[in-house]
Amino acid sequence: MAAARALWGLPRNLSRGQTRALKSGLFVALALPFADAVYGVFAQTLPTSEPIDYLTDQSGENALRLLVATLCITPLRRATGWNFLLRLRRMLGVFMFFYALCHFSIYLVLDRALDFSTVIEDVLDRRFITMGFTAFVLLVPLALTSTDWSVKKLGARRWQKTHRLVYPAAIAACVHFLWLKRGEDWREPLLYLAIFIALFAARLFRRERG
Amino acid sequence: MLIKRPPKIQPSEITPQALARDRRRFLAALAVSPALSLAPTAGAAATPVAALPAVSPSDYRVDAPPTPKKKAQTYNNFYELGPQKEEPAENAGLYESRPWRLAIEGECAKPAVFELDDLLALAPLEERIYRLRCVEAWSMVIPWIGYPLSKLLAKVEPTASAKFAQFLTFDPETLFPDDVNSSLPWPYSEGLRIDEAMHPLSLLTFGMYGEALPNQNGAPVRLVVPWKYGFKSAKALVVIRLTKEEPPTAWNQAQPREYGFYSNVNPERPHPRWSQASEKAIGESYFPTRRETEKFNGYGDEVAGLYAGMDLNERF
Repeated sequence: MAAARALWGLPRNLSRGQTRALKSGLFVALALPFADAVYGVFAQTLPTSEPIDYLTDQSGENALRLLVATLCITPLRRATGWNFLLRLRRMLGVFMFFYALCHFSIYLVLDRALDFSTVIEDVLDRRFITMGFTAFVLLVPLALTSTDWSVKKLGARRWQKTHRLVYPAAIAACVHFLWLKRGEDWREPLLYLAIFIALFAARLFRRERG
Repeated sequence: MLIKRPPKIQPSEITPQALARDRRRFLAALAVSPALSLAPTAGAAATPVAALPAVSPSDYRVDAPPTPKKKAQTYNNFYELGPQKEEPAENAGLYESRPWRLAIEGECAKPAVFELDDLLALAPLEERIYRLRCVEAWSMVIPWIGYPLSKLLAKVEPTASAKFAQFLTFDPETLFPDDVNSSLPWPYSEGLRIDEAMHPLSLLTFGMYGEALPNQNGAPVRLVVPWKYGFKSAKALVVIRLTKEEPPTAWNQAQPREYGFYSNVNPERPHPRWSQASEKAIGESYFPTRRETEKFNGYGDEVAGLYAGMDLNERF
């Protein structure tokens, strides 16, 4: 791969200005669903008769989609040669955590009215909530070590090892979704599961090949 | 699932004026199929909400402020008009609530058919502010207008064999046969033990928020039994039948493991799929607020005695 240009003639790396523009654009795009939801709450125009369920579902799905996007970066980069994609991965990951945090907060504050004893009961008794809480807990170290400072402090190898937690987190999130839909439509959670398995397989295959 | 507009009613299907006015022949026809001959007509133009005779306040009120009228009238479970919460209000025009007849039959000395006006004149109307607790774990506070069901039942003189009362809603399959929700058997049937039916809290209800009931809330006449889950409060009644045996009830027939005959509000007995310990109270704010569910929906003082010695976990 000695060519200067990558797939579709794009440069492998962007200039500082170009990177900044791309990241700004991405930031706005990723913040849009949140802004839309906030507006919908204040204007009371959310398209639903169950606002709490709607907001919980939306934030959860956004977190899951961003998890997929984050895990797509490396395979995509390898396939296309677009190294600049790597610069976007952290923003995707942090926004993913942000939506996961929203998802958990809506449940805690709006649904459960900060009744921690009921929340603890839920986490212990209702297995899809156990799984959701597990996924969230696994994501916390990833969020905490997302800064440049952390990467420097941990060093590349330990940082890389820590961030492998994303794999069990992704599986836990899928199972959380699957168990939520128990008795109903399993197609969407199964689709996410299939996507994650494909993404993991791509990595595994790549690693074995050397 | 959307309920499509039903086809225009054929002239041959419309009860001839002469028959409608001839009550004696009507009563004879009742012996054949009461629910059918009392079926309402399909909705035509929007019917303005009718006025009610004078309503006086009662002592029955709860401490909480009533749920905003708009929410109580656009968030409904009335599967005949559609299974989603917003559909009953959207599809309210599917049936006409006037003219209307309610037949009382079965184990009684003087079975009768009552026109809506007869019912409204039978006893003074009172406003009662009750809690309504849905089995789905949400609740509202609603100012209903009506009078105790016992006053109507007294008129027909139940016999000693009348152990239960069965309540039937109009059959949606006679109005829109093509598109009726399949999760419940039709017509919607509910039931109470006779002492529950005769209890002062059981309200034969004609209005809410100072006006006649809109269709989505079960116009023109429904039952409200505030200490039980909301599905026991059957809407748009066409028949009340006094029976010897416990009558079948719609949700119990559909899901016997989840919905029982008594269905008293009981935070200690979870639904198989969710806890009943708390509820989302739908009120002023955009988001419902969490509230702890009370046994018998807070009416324990008035009704606990009906169930003395009963295992409410078994007889749910």
